[in-house]
Amino acid sequence: MSGGANDAGGKGTMVTLTIDGRVAKVPEGATVLDAARAIGVRIPTLCQHEALEPWGGCRLCLVDVTKKDWRGWEKMVVSCMFPAEDGLAVSTATERVVATRKAVLDLLLARCPDTPLVQKLAREYGVERTSYRENPEPTDCILCGLCTRVCDAIGVSAIATVDRGAGKEVAPPFHEAPPDCIGCLACAEVCPTECIPYQTSDSARTIWGRRFEMVRCPHCGRAHITREQATFYAGRGGVPESYFTTCDACKRTQMARTFTTLSAVR
Amino acid sequence: MRIESAAAYEEFRRRAREAAAAHRQEILVCCGTGCLANGSMRVAEAFAKELQARGLTAEVGTFTKRTGCHGFCQRGPLVVIQPAGILYTQVKPRDVAEICEKTVANGAVVPRLLYKNPADAKRVEHYAEVPFYANQTRVAMRNIGKIDPTDIADAIGHDAYAGLVKAMLEMTPEQVIGEIERSGLRGRGGAGFVTARKWRACRSAGGERKFVVCNGDEGDPGAFKDRSIMEGDPHSVIEGIVIGAWAVGAHEGFVYVRDEYPLAVVNLTVAIEQARRHGFLGKDILGTGFDFEITISRGGGAFVCGESSALMRSLEGKVGEPRQKYVHATDKGLFDLPTVLNNVETWADAGAILLHGADWFAGMGTEKSKGTKAFSLVGKVKNTGLIELPMGMTLRDIVYGIGGGIIDDRPFKAVQTGGPSGGCVPESLLDLPVDYERLTEAGSMMGSGGMIVMDDRTCMVDVARYFLRFLTEESCGKCVPCREGLKQMLAIYDDLVAGRGKPGDIERIETLAAAMQLGSLCELGKSAPNPVLSTLRYFRSEYEAHIFARTCPAGMCRDLTSYEIVPELCNGCHLCFKACPADAITGETKKVHTLHQEACISCGACYDVCPTEGAVRFFPKSRAAAEREAV
Repeated sequence: MSGGANDAGGKGTMVTLTIDGRVAKVPEGATVLDAARAIGVRIPTLCQHEALEPWGGCRLCLVDVTKKDWRGWEKMVVSCMFPAEDGLAVSTATERVVATRKAVLDLLLARCPDTPLVQKLAREYGVERTSYRENPEPTDCILCGLCTRVCDAIGVSAIATVDRGAGKEVAPPFHEAPPDCIGCLACAEVCPTECIPYQTSDSARTIWGRRFEMVRCPHCGRAHITREQATFYAGRGGVPESYFTTCDACKRTQMARTFTTLSAVR
Repeated sequence: MRIESAAAYEEFRRRAREAAAAHRQEILVCCGTGCLANGSMRVAEAFAKELQARGLTAEVGTFTKRTGCHGFCQRGPLVVIQPAGILYTQVKPRDVAEICEKTVANGAVVPRLLYKNPADAKRVEHYAEVPFYANQTRVAMRNIGKIDPTDIADAIGHDAYAGLVKAMLEMTPEQVIGEIERSGLRGRGGAGFVTARKWRACRSAGGERKFVVCNGDEGDPGAFKDRSIMEGDPHSVIEGIVIGAWAVGAHEGFVYVRDEYPLAVVNLTVAIEQARRHGFLGKDILGTGFDFEITISRGGGAFVCGESSALMRSLEGKVGEPRQKYVHATDKGLFDLPTVLNNVETWADAGAILLHGADWFAGMGTEKSKGTKAFSLVGKVKNTGLIELPMGMTLRDIVYGIGGGIIDDRPFKAVQTGGPSGGCVPESLLDLPVDYERLTEAGSMMGSGGMIVMDDRTCMVDVARYFLRFLTEESCGKCVPCREGLKQMLAIYDDLVAGRGKPGDIERIETLAAAMQLGSLCELGKSAPNPVLSTLRYFRSEYEAHIFARTCPAGMCRDLTSYEIVPELCNGCHLCFKACPADAITGETKKVHTLHQEACISCGACYDVCPTEGAVRFFPKSRAAAEREAV
């Protein structure tokens, strides 16, 4: 489970492994990536997000792993999914790991030649210009799937990847304004290359070709949520819609006021 | 009628055999997909009508049976007259009356319909003597072509479910797994994982709910063995699945069939219903109290769904994309529950192994690859079709023995095995014994049993490009190395065949191949470079010719090849004139013909039809251009 290293809070069984020769101790269930981050070893990622299940699509977090009883055999795995185990020896920068990451970034740079994040990562691996044919229609979308996965996790599934292979893209059904979208902007916010366009103002929000009416906080008047969002969240589990239409700042103020009153009574 | 004991099974089988023996003659009409496309259903109907009209049905007890694929699809529609064992090829409805008159009524043969052996131009009377069949050993395909796949009594008469009866009524699940283990059976989908290891792991996995899955999503270009097994003997598949389910303790099973196999779906559906009625499926199987159901699931047409984790995602109702997993499916498979997934052929082998014993199966094959293997033999061989042979047979025996050699006796160049995940094996390795290890060492793989034979008129760069194009379309696009790597590799190959190759292309291909092998998420991406790397390994000079000399040594890349007619050798047969689709050839019969370069599209049709050795020849286009320049 991603984030396991932070979540476990010291309870449960711990496992001990080494990463580039350094010892890491993490709770059972943590991934190799969790363990690396816990001891400050940097492994590049593009499709990983702590709020989502690991997916293993970008292939940047590849590492070599081995164990004493593997008789010298090394296996290349994605660290975002490979479970941390006792006695595991992880190497994050072997020659073949670096070469494979470099090839992956070289390929991504061919797909997204103008995307600053891809350019920066590629440069770290010594790729200034792609060795391959540059995409005649440059895009910023790296197909990391974060947007569709966050949409699924919220329970909306308004967008998905469509088609396969070289023609794959992120899109709403039939490339039309998605009927299930609630305009929450999670997809745009999670996107590492900021390539999902949207507009938002006090009165309306537009994303994926759909326009949403904004609801104002009944207390301060700030427009912070779409009508569809409030309805969807309320419909999920017995909390009244008014809870969601109230903005976070006002919720905090109300809460603080309640506490003050309570402590005054005591 | 439900069968609930070994005695009841024996009795049922005895009666089925008696009923079959009552037919003095049986006319087996192949109704596999290949023969159906050639009109075999009309042949079967014609037989039924003709026999009726002549009173042969009642009088001599002649019976027409529609069977599954006989394998020799190239010569279809095929008809076998039993018990005489006479094979007629390319039978048309208009031949039926003559067959009934001569063979059925009077026991004489119709020579013109017999198979003609290309080796000595002699007609072969008997099925068993045709070299295509004589050199085969059939296990998974044991009953295909012999039984009516929609008649369970016929199948039982041929020992269907005998292995299941033995397993469930005489053995323990552990003993069944032990028997499969001793047989040495390995996955027939191509990877060759030890079957018993999967079964045992699933059996010892915790939890009440487990699954068994049959992978019938055969998608390699040129492969059709699983289709023929599911169409021609669905009971062998069902029997194996029930044995496996019982051995591992699963109560739910799925058969995932690609949607392009409608006849397989129909025959499996019929067979499942019949198996249920006879007590081999459903509640209380064979009276043992064991319950098991099979559901057929139709694939949506994505090649990648043949990959096990993608197949399971598809079964779960999700998008069929592979999932990275560092736990085996036998622990966490379908719906994250313990699952055994095997190929159609693996399941079909299981029943025969239980019936005849592990030693019988392990007695065939090589040290590490036991038993037999089905292949789809296609390409430039004289005899094409579906074959099954013991592991370890050499490529030479397959190509020249069963296949009868190369069409027009041209030189052999390579055989492509294993589909898009496999590679090309060159002439120097013709004596390679075919098994999992040897094919892998040669840079190819067993794969799903496709075998494409290629002659000297095959450009190996173009072959690699063909598979790359297939995979570029079929990659799911989830991971970067496979999606982007294939796209870029194909772009390089498009340049190579068009004469735009550059120095450094081979090195770039090799870098990409290494990254895809190491970095891809699933086996599709990891094995995608195999056609590329094997052609580079054995035919590197062809790549270099494309890049540095701008020529295609096989004369197949149109942008690099020109043709000309050699006036001294042209005998004016006029065939090239007729064959040319671009009207680039002029000339009258019995006079020397001329090919006009400016109109020629380099398709090679003239070269292929010319009966005079050397009268049409090809040469590098660059030379033609240089000559034009000089003029």
